[in-house]
Amino acid sequence: MNMKKLHKLLFVLLAVLLLPGWLHAADFITGKSFGDDNEIVVKFAGPVDPAVAGNIEKYTVFEETDPDIRLPLISADVADNAMSVSLKFNDPLNTTQTHVVSVKGLTGEEKTEFTVAKSYLGYLFSIMISALLIQNFVFTKYLGLCVFFGTAKRKSTAKGMGVVFTLVMVISASMAWFLYQFVLVPFNLNFLQIVIFIGLTSLTVQAVDTILRKVNPVLFNSFGVYLVLVIANCIVIAVPLIVADNNYNYFETLMLALGAGGGFLLALYLMSSVSERLELANIPPSFKGLPMAFIVAGQFAMAFLGFSGLQVF
Amino acid sequence: MANDKSISQLLSRGILSENPIFRLALSMCPAVGISTTVMNGIMLGIAVFFVQVFSSVTISAFKDYIHPRIRIPSYTLTIATWVTVIDLVLAAYMPGAYAKMGIFVKLIVAFAIITMRLEMFACKEKVSDSFWDAVGMGLGFMVGMCVIGAFRELFGSGMILGYDILGYKPLLFFILPSAGFFVVGLMMAFFNWIEAGYKRKKGITS
Repeated sequence: MNMKKLHKLLFVLLAVLLLPGWLHAADFITGKSFGDDNEIVVKFAGPVDPAVAGNIEKYTVFEETDPDIRLPLISADVADNAMSVSLKFNDPLNTTQTHVVSVKGLTGEEKTEFTVAKSYLGYLFSIMISALLIQNFVFTKYLGLCVFFGTAKRKSTAKGMGVVFTLVMVISASMAWFLYQFVLVPFNLNFLQIVIFIGLTSLTVQAVDTILRKVNPVLFNSFGVYLVLVIANCIVIAVPLIVADNNYNYFETLMLALGAGGGFLLALYLMSSVSERLELANIPPSFKGLPMAFIVAGQFAMAFLGFSGLQVF
Repeated sequence: MANDKSISQLLSRGILSENPIFRLALSMCPAVGISTTVMNGIMLGIAVFFVQVFSSVTISAFKDYIHPRIRIPSYTLTIATWVTVIDLVLAAYMPGAYAKMGIFVKLIVAFAIITMRLEMFACKEKVSDSFWDAVGMGLGFMVGMCVIGAFRELFGSGMILGYDILGYKPLLFFILPSAGFFVVGLMMAFFNWIEAGYKRKKGITS
């Protein structure tokens, strides 16, 4: 008897769990995604009436955050088997935003509405790639140059610096995010941003220093010297400031910090590889040292310009 | 450190012989980042100038009460406070210029030049000397920013402070962000070259 009850319970539970899936399957629209930078592709479960689906008058499209700004369509091309339609827009779409598309009279109902968005993981990943390559903190945002030119001499130093920086950035950005969201914003203490963030960064550096010294002395011996340099560096304090400006959530913050740290590591490593070669080169005496480093950095910056417009997802 | 320094000595040291940008090579980030026009250079120069002067005077006035072991954190907090003040003032009275400078105003807090002046000068010297030293350093920074800004604005858009000077099609390259590195590098090399030439001449005559 008891067993039978359990079976019944399990069955009901399963049905409840599966209900959303079944409801979802009943949806007429099976797939929607961004195509080219000015295109949305919608797939249907069955053939649609080309007269309705191909008429741009029937569509209204807007970004979820700005319902008042309707995005103008230029064409709606129905595929040959009438199972999908591609909507073309006048201007390139901002694919980081969720777009709301509504169609009049498509399935006999008055209005069908659905949202198109990139997958969240893809969006997070794109934040990291952006901080790493497209908006590289050293070459396109010009942050952390003092440390960059000071320490990019040896490859081993560059690697150590980069790892320490990434670690400190991730920790301090996480702490700064918690403090900002749960203390500064609720109490309207926004103007204390700078004081709080610089204090947190110094604290993190001190904490990492102490913990590393006790937990892993070998690692401390190789990385410890760089820790002091981290405090007076704009790249570390810039991450929490950008996060506060853009009102990022925690995962976005984490990705930005990782990307910024990785970008700094990449820049340091590239620069140190060139520096090692430069020592052997015959440079005009007035260009020796910093001027040459600046010219090389300028060339890297131009190379990094090539990443602008890169879209992974 | 010799004490009786004249005001002109303190001033000229900041502007010429220890110019923060060209000689000490500190605080390079804004020099490369936003020096596309003279106006930007002047605006950020003013901000740095005030932060430097206020923090130097504050530290110099309170130097007897700050325990040496906590001096670095106290410098940081002093600078952060003054940066917040300048940041809010600029945001309130010059929203246009403030928007152009973006995050760099807040990042003044991490400028090495300010901390360095506090550590090297303000924590040992009289308030008045620290004041003039800070004025010199702030002016030196402003002059550096203006020189780079003038170079880039002249060649990049053919204008100085918005007035059309050269009647030719400008080289877009100098406005591009990456040109900042080139311009600063070339100028440093130029100053090195002049210095080397000066020394050579001196060596021959003496």
